[in-house]
Amino acid sequence: MSLIDVHNLWQRYGEHTVLEQVNLSVAEGEFCVLVGASGCGKSTFLRLLLGQERPSQGHIMLGGQPLPGEPDPGRGVVFQRYSVFPHLNVLDNVTLGLELQASHWWGRLLGAARRRAADQAAALLERVGLGQALAKYPSQLSGGMQQRLAIAQALVMKPRVLLLDEPFGALDPGTRKDMHVLLLELWREHPLTVFMVTHDLNEGFSLATRLLVFDKTRHDPHAPHAYGARVTYDIPLNSERRAFQAALAQPPGELAGCVHIA
Amino acid sequence: MRLINRHPDGPGRLLLVVLPFALLLCAYLYGSAARLADNPNDKLLPSTAQMAEAVKRMAFEQDLRTGERPLWQDTAASLRRLGMGLAIAAVAGLSLGLLAGTVPLLGAPLSPLLTVLSMVPPLAMLPVLFIVFGLGELSKVMLIVIGITPILARDLEQQARDIPRELLVKAQTLGASTWTLILRVVLPQLLPRLLVDLRLVLGSAWLFLIAAEAIASTDGLGYRIFLVRRYLAMDVILPYVGWITALAWAMDWALRQVGRRAFPWYHGGNR
Repeated sequence: MSLIDVHNLWQRYGEHTVLEQVNLSVAEGEFCVLVGASGCGKSTFLRLLLGQERPSQGHIMLGGQPLPGEPDPGRGVVFQRYSVFPHLNVLDNVTLGLELQASHWWGRLLGAARRRAADQAAALLERVGLGQALAKYPSQLSGGMQQRLAIAQALVMKPRVLLLDEPFGALDPGTRKDMHVLLLELWREHPLTVFMVTHDLNEGFSLATRLLVFDKTRHDPHAPHAYGARVTYDIPLNSERRAFQAALAQPPGELAGCVHIA
Repeated sequence: MRLINRHPDGPGRLLLVVLPFALLLCAYLYGSAARLADNPNDKLLPSTAQMAEAVKRMAFEQDLRTGERPLWQDTAASLRRLGMGLAIAAVAGLSLGLLAGTVPLLGAPLSPLLTVLSMVPPLAMLPVLFIVFGLGELSKVMLIVIGITPILARDLEQQARDIPRELLVKAQTLGASTWTLILRVVLPQLLPRLLVDLRLVLGSAWLFLIAAEAIASTDGLGYRIFLVRRYLAMDVILPYVGWITALAWAMDWALRQVGRRAFPWYHGGNR
């Protein structure tokens, strides 16, 4: 069964059509990479998945339910910039999510509960390689470390869906490679369905189990904004990785059979 | 070497800092000595000895009628009014700016209102305050409050709007409600800015305080200056002005220190 179903999705801003007739069905555990030219609507599509915007037409189903109309803990996000809170140190940035979820009135935990949350956050930070930087503020971190922090911050909520909007766009090539390795490892360890927007085709080919190309199929030279982009190519990639992830996503009873086939 | 690339350092820098103050002081001493040589009863530019005498009288001798030491009594009265005014304005300005800048449904009615209200000249409202609140403490504190609250509120509203949209979305994906988002994300980011704003409006706050004290009061630094003006008592007025300046400077310095200590992340993140 698919986790996310997009049915005849349109997004218009006034006269400007950005997306048209997007239909998509994504299974749990897929790693979808969204590529396309600038302004082709891939970030818009991500914002729609996030619930930050609502579609002009059509609908998105998440696990059989209509997608909530605003961001919630079910879908984590990492942006290219401004993903972490400048006024909190590294540890507090990750602990914050646990605190907000446990304490609805003050958004703050105290005593033993606070220590447990901090321990959980510290373990995750250790995992993404920030164990030595718990007391630092984001402004003291390099770009790559800030994105590690942002990923840890999103993962601590154990979201089903992780949305990445050009997360490594501002990083140098070496750091980017490290981040790819980390991201793939985390994707294997957690039951995550990933949507990632990128400009970098190589990044798409090396990470994705499914590459979605957004492009306009219709063009009116006199009204460049009249038509929007669709998903023009939907390419399955890295099939062995995909099969492994699919096996993980199966209920334990069916697992043996799947692994055998894989 | 070009002028813009030359930086003062070490003793040279200290000299450049002290120089304008020293020049001002020398000019005053010279003018004062020249006038007093012409006419020993001249009151316009009193000598340092005359001012020291006046300070001794105002600060260290009991007033024969009231038994108070006027300088300290004035200082206490003025600082109490100023402190109350600033505190109330800070809370009001922060609340209004925070809500208007964070919650669009509140920003729609509040934002234009604050813009218009900030254009009302506070001193023109002073008679209204005297009529409504009487001539007591309340009207003086209220002048400071209505004078600087709109400034604080408008800047903090803008600061709240300038928080990147991404951070607010991120907080929602971490499970924040509107209330906890304000409490844990927006408010902590506005507090250091509030301290900066308070430093900027400190001058205005003193202006409103002294204006209110000059018109209707029985004590306070502003009251004293305007009282002794009748006797051309420059030997009292000048030390008072110097004292007010020193107090304002000390408050500015204290606010900056509090900001640095309490919000290291705002100042480059070095604790």
